[in-house]
Amino acid sequence: MTFRPTALRSGIAALLAALALSSPARAAETVVAVAANFTEAATEIGEAFEKATGDRVTYSFGSTGQLYAQITQDAPFEVFLAADQARPEKAEAEGFAVPGSRFTYAVGKLVLYSTDAGAIDGSSDALEQPGFAHVAIANPVTAPYGAAAVEVMKALGLYETLEPKIVQGKSISQTHQFVATGNAELGFVALSQVVADDSGSKWMIPQELYTPIRQDAVLLEKGAGNAAARAYLDFLKSPEALAIIGKYGYGTED
Amino acid sequence: MTASPLFDAAMIETILLTLKLAGITTVVLLLVGTPLAWWLAQGGGLWKEIVATVVALPIVLPPTVLGFYLLIAMGPQSPLTGLLGRQLSFTFTGLVLGSVIYSLPFVVNPIRNAFEAMGPRPLEAAATLRAAPLDAFVSVALPLASPGIMTGAILGFAHTVGEFGVVLMIGGGIPGRTKVLSVTIFDYVETLQWPKAHVLAGGMLAMSFVVILAMMLIERRLNGGRR
Repeated sequence: MTFRPTALRSGIAALLAALALSSPARAAETVVAVAANFTEAATEIGEAFEKATGDRVTYSFGSTGQLYAQITQDAPFEVFLAADQARPEKAEAEGFAVPGSRFTYAVGKLVLYSTDAGAIDGSSDALEQPGFAHVAIANPVTAPYGAAAVEVMKALGLYETLEPKIVQGKSISQTHQFVATGNAELGFVALSQVVADDSGSKWMIPQELYTPIRQDAVLLEKGAGNAAARAYLDFLKSPEALAIIGKYGYGTED
Repeated sequence: MTASPLFDAAMIETILLTLKLAGITTVVLLLVGTPLAWWLAQGGGLWKEIVATVVALPIVLPPTVLGFYLLIAMGPQSPLTGLLGRQLSFTFTGLVLGSVIYSLPFVVNPIRNAFEAMGPRPLEAAATLRAAPLDAFVSVALPLASPGIMTGAILGFAHTVGEFGVVLMIGGGIPGRTKVLSVTIFDYVETLQWPKAHVLAGGMLAMSFVVILAMMLIERRLNGGRR
C-alpha cells in the first residue's frame, strides 16, 4: 500500500469542512453526563427541551462513579445528573461544579423484581423462599441502588441468609439485565427500569426500609458560561420535565 | 484520599483468582487447542476453513458480544443449561468456559502456524522409520512445534488475565469466585481509588511487556534454529 500524504491531507480538510457546516452556528448546545438509571427519562426530557428552547442537548450515559472519574479528568461535560448526592457534592467541594447550583431532580425508588409473574406476590415473601439461586443487586460500593438493596435486606433481617446468593451488576442497568435474561431469578432494580413492564412481578419496597435515593443535578464549571446548560437545568425543574420524571417511576421533591 | 494500605486482602484474593482462572484456562486451551491446530494444519476443504473462521472470531468480536451471547446461553432456558443440569453464569466454571472461547484463537493460531511451518517431511521421515502416527505426533511433531505451543500458551494466559467484557457480562462480580483483576481495576477507577488502580494496572502493563518480549525472544530462537 502506498502512502500519499497529500490525499490524506485534503481528505482531512474536507472532513473538517463538513463538520463545520453540519453544526448550525445559532443553536446553542450543551453536553450532559447522565447516570445510567435515568437514561430513558433523560432521552424524553431532552426531546422536550429541544422542542421548547431550540437548544440542543448531547448526553453521555454511564455509571455515576465512572462519569465522576471522567469529570475529574477534564471531560467536556457541562451538566451532571448523578444517581446520588455524594458525587455532585464532591464536585462542588473540589471545584468541578458551580457552587449553589445543586438540587435533587429525582428520587429513585427500589423494587424487587422477577420476570416470573408468579415469583413475587407484592411482599418480601419471595426473598424468604428457598427456591431461588441468585438475587442480583448493583455493586453497593459504586451504585446507590446497590447500597439501598443491602439496607433493605438488613432491615428485613435476611442479609446473612441471602449473602451467598447475591450477584453484583456493575451498574443498576447490568443488574436489571441479569434479571431480565433470567440468569438471576430475583433482583433489586430501579422502578424506572420496570415501570412499564407488566409481564413480570415486583414488590414496591416501602420507603422506610432504605434511605431515599436522592439523585442530584449540578452545573459543572465547564458549563458555567453556557446559557444552554443553565437553560437545561431550569427545564429539569419545569412542570413538563417533572411529569416525565414521575412517569418513569421516580419521586420528585416538593 | 483515605489512608488504606496499597495491598489489601481483597486485592490479593482478586490476583490469585485471576491467576487461577488464567492457569486453568491455559491448560484447557492447550489440551483442546493442540489437536485442533494439528487438524487445521493438515490441509482440507471449505468446511475446515469455516471451522478455522469460527476459531478466529474472538479476535474480531467485541468481548461484550461474546459475553452477551454467553449470558443468554447460560440462562435458565438455554439448551446448554438443560444439558448440564446446572446454570454456569455467576460461576467460576462459567468464567473458564467463556475464557476458553475468548482466548482460543490466541492459542490455536500460533500452534497451527508452527505445525504448518514444519511441513510434511519430518513426519514422512518418521513414517519410513516405522513410527505409528500417534508416536510420530508425540515424539516428532510436538517437539518441533514447541516454540509455537509456548507462544500460544503465553498469549492465551495473558489474554485471559486481561479479559474484561466476558467476565463482566457473565461473572456477577462475586469476590473470591468471579471478581477478577480487570473488573477490580474498573471498580477502583470508579471509586477514585487511583493508587490501588495504579498498582494493578501498572502490574498488568509490566506483565504485558514481559509477555511480548518473551514471545519475540522465542521467535528469534525459532528462526535462529532453522538457519
